Amino acid sequence: MNMIYIFGFFILSFFVLSIIGLFVSWIDRKLTARIQWRVGPPWYQNFADIIKLSGKEVLISENGNKFMFVFAPILGVISATICGTVIFFVLKKNFGFGGDLILLVYLLIIPSLSIILGGSSSGNVLASVGISRELKLLLSYELPFICGIIIPAIKSGSTTSLIEIIKHQQIYGSNIFSLSGIIGFIIILISSCGKVGVVPFDLAEAETEIAGGALIEYSGILLGFYKLAKSILFVVVPSFIVILYLGGSAINSFSGFLIFVVKYLIVLILITLIRNTNPRLRIDQVFKFFWGWLTLIGILGILFTLSGV
Amino acid sequence: MSLKLKALKKSLWVYHVSGGSCNNCDIEILDLLTPRFDVERFGIILAASPRHADVLLCTGIVNKKCVERVKEVYQQTPKPCVVVAVGTCSCSGGIFRDGYQMAGPLDKIIPVDVYIPGCPPKPESIIAGIVKFLKELK
Repeated sequence: MNMIYIFGFFILSFFVLSIIGLFVSWIDRKLTARIQWRVGPPWYQNFADIIKLSGKEVLISENGNKFMFVFAPILGVISATICGTVIFFVLKKNFGFGGDLILLVYLLIIPSLSIILGGSSSGNVLASVGISRELKLLLSYELPFICGIIIPAIKSGSTTSLIEIIKHQQIYGSNIFSLSGIIGFIIILISSCGKVGVVPFDLAEAETEIAGGALIEYSGILLGFYKLAKSILFVVVPSFIVILYLGGSAINSFSGFLIFVVKYLIVLILITLIRNTNPRLRIDQVFKFFWGWLTLIGILGILFTLSGV
Repeated sequence: MSLKLKALKKSLWVYHVSGGSCNNCDIEILDLLTPRFDVERFGIILAASPRHADVLLCTGIVNKKCVERVKEVYQQTPKPCVVVAVGTCSCSGGIFRDGYQMAGPLDKIIPVDVYIPGCPPKPESIIAGIVKFLKELK
């Protein structure tokens, strides 16, 4: 009975998260269009994309691993949905457990891993270039991302529970209102751009150079699953940042929900602005940037946090 | 009209195939995708790979070297897909119709849905052609 309840809740959260995610990706596209002095797509654009992709033929390449090719995009969607479900439980039901912060760190890697698995099983040369870039990108942004997660965890009394972090911020004010908080927020914002794979760090699927990169062989609904996973990440990653740094108010009451949406939109718009004002970086530049400056600043931020600034 | 066809009409992803053109039509197509004409308001975006595409914008007489390539790109595109012949060359052969390297026009090689003549056609006329086709599509 309990199992059925969890499974049903998973399916429900998949649909809800997809609808929210597709709508939120439209906000991103529309804002990009307005920044470039265009009109931009209508609100139902992303829904039309997914419905269209579900009606197209699925081509599976001959010289690849067929099982992995089909399984990898589904894995990506499932892990992104589980991330969303965990965050929803923390915010809405006030339900969590001791290590859900660490669980989320692991779960957020899996969508990138699914791209790597899918690309490497498609048997295409350009896809292999794409996955090599994605792997290096994953290695590079993960270090500052974790720096950005450690800072609020130390601030809230060395806890790895999201609920404890929210409670601490409700008593002592949001984590961002301190020097180390600002440093951590900037770091996690930039590395989350790599996480959702938007422009300065979208070199794994660079359209102009390697023709779609890891996703080059995907068509039909399998491509749609990747798009869905990306749009769900657009919901999950900014709300994760809101929980860690901006107080992450509980969404039980209507006003609390509204405040959460405003905070979420602020983070989303910041990510969109970063995406629209920066060109795509080369992989060695990305590596130097993340492991050099950003990690140094992150370690500095951790030291500040430990000394209580 | 089914939901999937409606969705297809609202989100056409374009792949650009050049079958040995003189580059004029290709430049007009690139022009079409700039912010000035903003085809994203119809849901049209440029796809990186033929696997993602719904529309093949083909330019140029298809010369003898290109025949195999154009056929292969057509086979790689997941169906249902729309083939658009852009420019006089791919519609009829134009001034190159008696040339020794001529293997086309395009509709000898793959089935063509929309013909947009012009040497080169303006971006406005490409948009007009595709919009007229979408109105006819059932």
